[in-house]
Amino acid sequence: MNVIRTLLSPRGAVFLLLAGLLIAVTVISPSFAEPGQLIRFIQRVAPIAIVAIGQYFVIVGGEFDLSMGSLITAQVVIAGNLIGQDAGRIFPVLALMLVLGVLVGLVNGLLVTLLKVPSFIVTLGMMLALLGGVMYWTGGAATGNPVDSFRQLGRGGIRGVPVIEILPYSVLVMAAVLAAAIWLTRTSFGRTVIALGDNPRAVRYAGARSWWVTTSTFVISALTATISGILLVGYAGVHPKVGQGYEFIAITAVVLGGVVLGGGRGWVVAAMAGAFALEALFTLLNFAEVPSTLRDGIQGVIIIAAVAYSASPLGGAKRKAAPPAPPQTSPPDGKEPVAPAHLGS
Amino acid sequence: MSTATGRGRRQLDTTAIVFIALAAVMAIGAILVGTVGRNFLSPGNIRDILTSMSVLGFVAIGQTLVILGASLDLSVPYVVSLSSLIAADTMAGSNARILPAVLAALGACALIGLANGLIVTKLKVHGFMATLGMGLVVKGYLDTQYKGTSGNVPWNFQLIGATGIGPVPISTLLMLGFAALVALYLARTRTGNHLFAVGDNVEVSRLSGIRTARPVIAAHMLCSVFAGLAGLLLASRLGVGSPTVGTQGGYDLLSIAAVVLGGTLLMGGRGSVWGTIGGVAIFAVLDNVMSVMQLNPFLKEVVRGVVIVLAVAIYTGRSIARRRARFGPDAPPPAPGPRDSARGPASASAPSPGHDAREARR
Amino acid sequence: MRRKAVMTLAVGAVAALALVGCTTDPTVTGPGASTTPATTGAAAESSTAPSTPSTEWFDQAVYDEQFAQRSVTPEGPADKPYLQHINAEMVSTAKYKSTGAKKACFANASISNPWRQTGWITMNEQLKELQKSGAISEMETRDAKDSDDTQIADIDYFINEGECDVFIISPNSTAAMTPAVERACKTDKPVIVFDRGVQTDCPVTFIHPIGGFAWGIDTAEFLNDNLQSGDKVVALRILPGVDVLEQRWAAAEKLFKESGVEAVDYFTGADPVEIKKIISDELAKGEVKGIWMDAGDGAVAAIEAFEDAGKALPVMTGEDELSFLRKWKDTGITALGPVYSNFQWRTPLLAAADIFAGKDVPKEWVLPQSPITSADLDSYLTANDGMPDGHYAKFGGEDLPGYPQIWQKRVIP
Repeated sequence: MNVIRTLLSPRGAVFLLLAGLLIAVTVISPSFAEPGQLIRFIQRVAPIAIVAIGQYFVIVGGEFDLSMGSLITAQVVIAGNLIGQDAGRIFPVLALMLVLGVLVGLVNGLLVTLLKVPSFIVTLGMMLALLGGVMYWTGGAATGNPVDSFRQLGRGGIRGVPVIEILPYSVLVMAAVLAAAIWLTRTSFGRTVIALGDNPRAVRYAGARSWWVTTSTFVISALTATISGILLVGYAGVHPKVGQGYEFIAITAVVLGGVVLGGGRGWVVAAMAGAFALEALFTLLNFAEVPSTLRDGIQGVIIIAAVAYSASPLGGAKRKAAPPAPPQTSPPDGKEPVAPAHLGS
Repeated sequence: MSTATGRGRRQLDTTAIVFIALAAVMAIGAILVGTVGRNFLSPGNIRDILTSMSVLGFVAIGQTLVILGASLDLSVPYVVSLSSLIAADTMAGSNARILPAVLAALGACALIGLANGLIVTKLKVHGFMATLGMGLVVKGYLDTQYKGTSGNVPWNFQLIGATGIGPVPISTLLMLGFAALVALYLARTRTGNHLFAVGDNVEVSRLSGIRTARPVIAAHMLCSVFAGLAGLLLASRLGVGSPTVGTQGGYDLLSIAAVVLGGTLLMGGRGSVWGTIGGVAIFAVLDNVMSVMQLNPFLKEVVRGVVIVLAVAIYTGRSIARRRARFGPDAPPPAPGPRDSARGPASASAPSPGHDAREARR
Repeated sequence: MRRKAVMTLAVGAVAALALVGCTTDPTVTGPGASTTPATTGAAAESSTAPSTPSTEWFDQAVYDEQFAQRSVTPEGPADKPYLQHINAEMVSTAKYKSTGAKKACFANASISNPWRQTGWITMNEQLKELQKSGAISEMETRDAKDSDDTQIADIDYFINEGECDVFIISPNSTAAMTPAVERACKTDKPVIVFDRGVQTDCPVTFIHPIGGFAWGIDTAEFLNDNLQSGDKVVALRILPGVDVLEQRWAAAEKLFKESGVEAVDYFTGADPVEIKKIISDELAKGEVKGIWMDAGDGAVAAIEAFEDAGKALPVMTGEDELSFLRKWKDTGITALGPVYSNFQWRTPLLAAADIFAGKDVPKEWVLPQSPITSADLDSYLTANDGMPDGHYAKFGGEDLPGYPQIWQKRVIP
């Protein structure tokens, strides 16, 4: 009973959707279910899943980060131009990229919290400025791919693993990011983020340094974009188009995962599952040989339907009850938020 | 009515700041343009600025309505393209078909807006996702049905985009006229007033007996119709319809930025159409000056990004100072989840219709 | 409420699907909604549909013309391909003859891709040379950022404020830019159009390489020659609705159909991540023997997808973009580097100088466009050693003063 209810609830809906999509892909192409293929699929989703995890923290705290895509592009181009074919420069440049990521997150966060500029606008401005800046610096085209050893992180893996043959490094990176994210949601920081998205005033009255918490979510988001950029340099190589549109993909994934835009509700694992569902959908469209011009339309319909489902009474959801929940009712220990179904139905 | 007058006064202030900012941008722009030996106030330059205001202006007027209702519309670029195509195809070069073409284009847009509004209010999908999805749906239709530019706009209709009174293009006057109509709609009609109320706090509005869905649906329909008007203007300027003309202009994010630049709160409930026009004008002047200066196109993006953030920061910085007013006689009725006036768009208790649990249960 | 919500959901979903899947405009008929091939190519359909508003991309007459032009030996200086022309009809420019340095006004569509950026760098170096020789005093440029509306405003601005002696226009799109170009012509100053065309012959000269169909013919013939009927080709296309790209595919698709090579097309947005995913999925489904691209940047990701999947590398057509040429050399694949001659960016300013000198110029200045084959791969790689990956081998600026540093550093004004 409980399992069924969970799956039908908005929190479970994304897993149901993901399962359905994966089954559909497997029906069309049975080899997809082979462990070797499956692990390749996970490797491919990893960069998106990682940015979805970062975006989760921003959204659940009640904000948006539209600058992720441009930051990925910037990091990809930096890796290509500064590392070049010199393996000795990997670590200094890597450090520089992380510093840049933190810096972008700090600027975003401080503009939002101290100057009170809406995050949509701050990160939109950052998106334009970062991309424009990188294009200006490189004259539009990067010098070339960085040295192969650096690209191994996104492209290669541990060979000779039984059953799956190869264990891509990106899968390990994603697992580490996920573990860190789950751990974070269980700390008092994670609880404050959700409380902040739920009711910022109450958090402030409770004495939390909300400006710092919000800023930290932007730093987390920028760091995940940086990690994702590092993986994408390996997976696909350097090109100014890499990363483009990732902000919308990440937001869509997070919302598919049942996280409420506006904050205060959501489970980071479901957000990541949203990324998997989205990528499974693209894969299904590839396998089903859907005409190229129709894909966007189908994607749009499925996004609306899936979000509507998780928001509808059909899905068992009773969204935020009229009086906003005080911070204490936020999920204990960062587990899934208290199922709204219990309140309503 | 005390809240209405209170809002009126605040609006005046906000809008005044926007226009002061515009004046400052124009002054700096005039000096910069002067340094390269050009005249900022020459007829050709004024015309260039006003022309680039027209299309974005139409889209931003509609976007203002949706944002006032605490929603968003990311589908506008595709609606703009669709409208230009329907109009140009239906006209097919014949003067007699101008009226049916305009009606067909705007009718199709209104339907898309209705769908957006219903998805947002009835299916409880956040405007961001609903219109992102709808945009993809319309894009799929455009990609499938149209191959490049199409149709033929008769000369009489092209005149709308091509003629002007002195340096002032007719299209700009039309846009300003529509802005005035929308300002009246917001100030004088019941639906208009309700839009502010619902955008400010959907729960309180519901408790005060407002049918909360109606103003939001109306706002979405109007937004799409205004995107349709922008598409008609583009068809008039291009002479053909184009499946990419909407995305070319980046009207989704740019219109939202212009609305916020104009002092409208992204979370809804407060703002004005005239402020939006001011925001659009700031962008137009900025683009004009950067083009005259022949700034590197990539650096233009950097400047745009910085200006968007800084300009909004000037406004929000001021509104923080004035926040106390919310607890004065002008303050809205105490909300269950009082909101910080200047936080992000999706701030915690941002009243999205999706939060109204009781309505859903009814 | 619950039932109502379910109903709305269902109705909404059905309506949305109907919007995508069905043809609501009765004048746009055809099974385009359900099958890919019908939405492109299929010339027969366009002739049967009455007053079809959308143009089909395939045009037999233009196809035949470009097919023939590929084998014409161009006239003009052998070492200056950017001054050569094919089947030119020369026109007199005596009425524009005048002395002194002239001001050029350039309405550019954009510099939003590596091909346009490379050309833009070359054009500016050419400008410096003409400034030195005293033919051109300055060039004022407005960049439309890929927007028709902006470019129309740009041209109008030049007409009103630019004090231009010559208009150089690289149109963002063909039909939409026609009225604005006609307005520029009415000023009685010479107008030069290059790259994409317009639907008026009022410009003094229209400069372009042979064209998209020639690209499609070169590439599809190469793949057909190297593959068997029934082999699968994955076609990677950037985006729909752009004429120069659509014509490449229209010609290639026609030839693939005729030869029995099975081709599936995808839109990639030129994003190598998308390209790699698409190829990986295609390889998971079955064997892929060939890759066709409508523009070469991102080609490396396609090859790497084969490498990572441990599959035999495909027969491939990319572009003269250096990342592709280098990967081609490294892997030794069977490949062709089709060219949309980047050196055409030099020609407009040289044409302007010719016009003011009163020299005859071709009315339609068709520049040569010959692909890079495995025979001349090495020489192009050597010639462009040190250039960034986004550089185009046939950029044609080797004799300009800033060579090679300006291109190596990609200095964009």
